[in-house]
Amino acid sequence: MAVLTYREALNRAMTEEMEKDPNIFLMGEEVGHYEGAYKVSQGMLAKFGEKRVIDTPISENGFAGVGIGAAMVGLRPIIEFMTWNFSLVAIDQIINSAAKMNYMSAGQFPIPIVFRGAGGAGGRLAAQHSQSFESWYAHIPGLKVLAPYTPADAYGLLKTSIRDNNPTIFIESEVLYGSKGEVPEGEFSIPMGKADIKREGTQLTIVSWSRALMYVLPAAEKLAKEGISVEVLDLRSIRPLDEEAILASVRKTNRALIVEEGWNVAGFGAQVAYLIQKDAFDYLDCPVERITQEDVPMPYAANLERSSLPSEEKIINKVRSMIK
Amino acid sequence: MSQPKTKKETQDLFELYRQMLLIRRFEEASAKAYSMGKIGGFCHLYIGQEAVGVGAISALEEKDYIVSTYRDHGHALARGLEPKSLMAELFGKKTGIVSGNGGSMHFFDKKKNFMGGHGIVGGHISLAAGIAYASKYREDQAVTLCFFGEGAANIGSFHEGMNLAAIWKLPLVMICENNHYAMGTPEYRALSVKDVSVRAAAYDIARDHIEGDEVRKVRDHVKVAVERARRGEGPTLMEISTYRFRGHSMSDPAKYRTKEELEKYKQGDPLIKAEKDLIGSGWATEDLSKLDETIAKQIEEAVDFAEKSEEPPLGWLYKHVYAENV
Ligand SMILES: Cc1ncc(C[n+]2csc(CCOP(=O)(O)OP(=O)(O)O)c2C)c(N)n1
Repeated sequence: MAVLTYREALNRAMTEEMEKDPNIFLMGEEVGHYEGAYKVSQGMLAKFGEKRVIDTPISENGFAGVGIGAAMVGLRPIIEFMTWNFSLVAIDQIINSAAKMNYMSAGQFPIPIVFRGAGGAGGRLAAQHSQSFESWYAHIPGLKVLAPYTPADAYGLLKTSIRDNNPTIFIESEVLYGSKGEVPEGEFSIPMGKADIKREGTQLTIVSWSRALMYVLPAAEKLAKEGISVEVLDLRSIRPLDEEAILASVRKTNRALIVEEGWNVAGFGAQVAYLIQKDAFDYLDCPVERITQEDVPMPYAANLERSSLPSEEKIINKVRSMIK
Repeated sequence: MSQPKTKKETQDLFELYRQMLLIRRFEEASAKAYSMGKIGGFCHLYIGQEAVGVGAISALEEKDYIVSTYRDHGHALARGLEPKSLMAELFGKKTGIVSGNGGSMHFFDKKKNFMGGHGIVGGHISLAAGIAYASKYREDQAVTLCFFGEGAANIGSFHEGMNLAAIWKLPLVMICENNHYAMGTPEYRALSVKDVSVRAAAYDIARDHIEGDEVRKVRDHVKVAVERARRGEGPTLMEISTYRFRGHSMSDPAKYRTKEELEKYKQGDPLIKAEKDLIGSGWATEDLSKLDETIAKQIEEAVDFAEKSEEPPLGWLYKHVYAENV
C-alpha cells in the first residue's frame, strides 16, 4: 500500500477521473499556473492543459455559475474554492441554482458538479478564514456533503463525488492536507452515506468527522488506558447520512457524544442528536451530549483559538462525566 | 424598416406577428386565470415586450440556447414551447412543462434548449456564461442568448459573468430588456448609466442599443451579435428598450408611473405596429382576423387542458430532489 498525503490522494483522484472522461474540467482561482493555493492540483495544468485546468479571476459567484451552466449541458466541472470561506460569495449559485436545478426542471437538468476546497478551523487564521460550513450546506436538499478525514477516504470519496450526477459539496480540511495515510494501490471508490468505525468500543459512541477526529482519536486512546471503552464513528458523509451506523453503535454502547468543529446552534450534531433520541431513546443511559466550537467568531490569539475549539481534554472530561 | 417590401418579407413579418399575438393572448389568459385564483405564486407578464423576445429568438438556430428570467412566458412561447404545457405549468398540473415543479418563473425545456426561467435577479447570467463556456469547450458552434432586465445590470453576478465571458470570448449574447422599471424602481434611481450597453466598454466587448418596438429590427440587430458570437469573436451586450404595459407582477398595480406615460408607450405597441405594417403592405385583414380566431382557440384549448389536467401525485414530492446515478 502506498502512503500518500491527503493532498496527493485528492490530486490522484482528480487526475485519474480526468484521464477517463474528457467532460471533466477543473476550474478555480490559482488552480492552474500556481498549481493550487494548497497545491492540490499540482502538475495538473501540465498534464491536461489550459482547456481543462482553468484559472479564473477572483469571482466566486461568477465561476460557480459558469460551472453550473456548463453542467446543465453535460460537462462535469470540478470547481475549487480556494477556501470554503469564499464560497459564501457563491452561495446563491450553489443553493439557488445547483441544488434546485434538477427539481425545478423536473429532472431535465441534473447538475453533476463538485464544489471542493479547503475548509475548517485553525491555523490562527481568525474570524473570516477559520470556519466550518458543513452544517450550512447539509441543510439544503439537492446537495450532497462530504468531509473526509483520511487520505484514502479523500481519494475514494472524491472519485464518487466526481461520478455522482448531483452537486456535491466536498469539504477538505485545510489542516489535514499534509497528513499522511495508507491508500490502497489500484483504483477504488467509496460510496457516500457510509460511516467508518475508526475504533471499536463498548461504553460510549463518539460521532465525529473531518479534523475533529484529530482530537477524538487520541482522547479515545487515553480513555482506553483508564478503562473506558469508546467507539469512534467517522461519518465521512454528512449528507447522505449513515443513520444505521449511528443507531447500531449507540444501541450497542448506550451513550452518545457528538464532536464537531462547527458552531453549536443549529449545528449538524443537533440533527444527529435528534436522530438518536428518536430512534434509540430506549437504549440511552444518559442524555446525548455535544462538543462543538464555542459560540464566537474565531479569535486570533493562540490561547483563545485553542480554547474555542474541541480538544482532547474537553472530550475526555465529557466522556468521564457521561460514564459515571 | 417598417413596412415589408416584398411578399417574402411580408410573410416573414406575419409569422413574427403570429408569435407576438400568441404571447399577448396567452398572457391575457394568464392574467384572467390568476385573478380567478387558478394560478399561484408570482406571475410576471410580458405584455408590451413581445417584439424583443420574438425578434431576438427568431435570430437563433435550433442548436442555440436561451436563458431567461422569472418573466419567461414570452421567451418560452417564442421558442416554440407548447402553450398547453406552459399553461398547465401555471396551473400546477402534472402535464406542465416541468410537471408542476416550477410554476410561472421556472419554465425549462431541454429538447428546445430552453435553459430555464430563473428567479434570482441576475443569477442566471453566469449560468448563461457557463452554457456558452461549454459550447466553446466542445466547439459545437452554438450561441447562448441571455435575457435580463436593467435591474439585473446592477448586481455583482452581472459584472462577474460579463468579465468571464469577455476574457474567455464566449459565444454569448446578452440582451438587457430595459422596460425602465425594476419592480417600482425607475431606472434613473438605480442605474449609473442611461444605456446599459455602454457598460460593454468596461469589458471591452461589442455593444448595441435599439428600440424594441419593431420585431424585424430586433431580429436583424440580434443576428449581428449572434453571428459575431458564432465566429468566435466573443460576447455582445445589447440594450433593447421596451415597456411593460402591466405591473411588475400580477400583484402590482403599478402606481409608481403615470397614466400619461403608459398611454405614450401604448402608442408604440409592437403588436399594433406590426399589424399596421402588415396591412400597409397589402396583407388581407380577413387573414388577420382568421389568425385572431385561431389563436383564441389555441389559448382556449390550453386553458381547458390545464384546467382538466390532474395535479401531480403526492408521491412525486421527493422525485427529482436528486438525479439518479446510472
Ligand atoms: C437577488 C434578487 N433580489 C431581489 C429580487 C426581487 N425582485 C424580483 S424581480 C425584481 C426587479 C427586477 O427588475 P429588472 O431586472 O429590471 O427586470 P424586469 O422585472 O423589469 O423584467 C426584484 C427586485 C430577486 N428576485 N432577486
